[in-house]
Amino acid sequence: MADLRRTPLFSLHMSLGARMVAFAGWEMPVQYPMGVLNEHLHTRAHAGLFDVSHMGQVILRGPEVAQALEALVPADVAGLAEGRQRYGLFTTPEGGVLDDLMFANKGDHLYLVVNAACAEADIAHLRGLQARGIEVEVVTDRALLALQGPEAEAVLARLVPGVVAMKFMDVAEFDWAGVTLWVSRSGYTGEDGFEISVPKAQAEALARALLDQPEVAPIGLGARDSLRLEAGMPLYGHDMDAATTPGAAGLGWSIPKVRRLGGARAGGFPGAETVLAELVAGPARVRQGLRPEGRAPIREGVAIFDAPEGGVQIGTVCSGGFGPSVGAPVAMAILPAHQAPGDTVWAELRGKRLPARVSPLPFHQPGYRR
Amino acid sequence: MLKYTEDHEWLKQEGDEIVVGITAHASEQLGDVVFIELPEVGREVEAGEEIVVIESVKAASDIVVPVAGVITAVNEALPDSPGAVNDDPAGAWFFRIRPAAVDLSGFMDEAAYKALIG
Repeated sequence: MADLRRTPLFSLHMSLGARMVAFAGWEMPVQYPMGVLNEHLHTRAHAGLFDVSHMGQVILRGPEVAQALEALVPADVAGLAEGRQRYGLFTTPEGGVLDDLMFANKGDHLYLVVNAACAEADIAHLRGLQARGIEVEVVTDRALLALQGPEAEAVLARLVPGVVAMKFMDVAEFDWAGVTLWVSRSGYTGEDGFEISVPKAQAEALARALLDQPEVAPIGLGARDSLRLEAGMPLYGHDMDAATTPGAAGLGWSIPKVRRLGGARAGGFPGAETVLAELVAGPARVRQGLRPEGRAPIREGVAIFDAPEGGVQIGTVCSGGFGPSVGAPVAMAILPAHQAPGDTVWAELRGKRLPARVSPLPFHQPGYRR
Repeated sequence: MLKYTEDHEWLKQEGDEIVVGITAHASEQLGDVVFIELPEVGREVEAGEEIVVIESVKAASDIVVPVAGVITAVNEALPDSPGAVNDDPAGAWFFRIRPAAVDLSGFMDEAAYKALIG
């Protein structure tokens, strides 16, 4: 796999028997010998360790840095307390979604984590803030690990006792083996857990120390995808993109009152007019869950109709597959907003229309420690 | 003696019928199988026809008919326990087919199949 970037854990993945795939320009583990299904179930029952070093880590510093980020992200950055993290979106001038991100207030700077596939575009976008005196530092000397699952706290506390005091979406720094870890209590699985930024040179040692704990198994991108799907979490490029508004993506909740029409800091971000008008009127289409009635998974690209035959296409599956914890297929599609949980729609699969019920998201209730 | 296809199926002659499953190599490549749709018994099929849908946690794929004939039986237990394909690929047969005449001489033996998958 030429031209693909490798994380500091590449040799560890190989020694663990991972199957590697190309993902967003990186050579990443899609699964280990345990297999996607058992990796998924292990994470829900115990703790799973994910290498997410391909994601972009960025630091913003400068005068009124929170207000500066608010010019790109329709979130309440200025109101974010030190030591706390939030989810937000970069919007396009047309009101679409450029990427989603996590941003944290670390006192004298903001710390951002962005998607690997979008990292370059996001960083170019952020560099636009340099004109406002904001320093944009791309963190290139750190890896990022995620430890997820109900036993994640007990495991990590053996190495870093201070994490037990953290609540969901807290961020903090801890010393471990002579280096500083940047820890957030968050993740992308619907489970309690942590994301841990560690200097590259110590990344493998930290990963091995975590894998040495009896509760922990290494988890690949395959299970990461089924875990986030059950958790109802969107994946950029699939469930949202530049052609999807925040409202249609079902992410209007990430835009607080203070940034909406009538709020103290309303608008002032790319595409604000479109995005905010849609939130007032309510989006015409919105991302919703689907539970196929049979056992056949319906995957990305499958057309959804409003009738068992004839009728009209009302949407397309944006993410779908088998939900190991649900024990049945699950999917998400952007559907007309009048569709409500319990409604039956039809997925066209291999020339047949199969019934599916519109379902509330998430499919699996999260286990966050608030 | 088992024979093998380039589509990673194993073929076993039993009287005037052929029993068809997929190889351990194929099941490993597929990953955890979560859904199987089998053909109807009595259906006449052509060689190369896609008659079984097999979905893993990763992707959907098909199983093709190795030789023309009539489907005489399907493994009814499989759709309810698709994981059997991963647990015991040699035992998890999909269907039996009765061709006009059984001739498996054109398919690979175990040594040739092992060479194919490296």
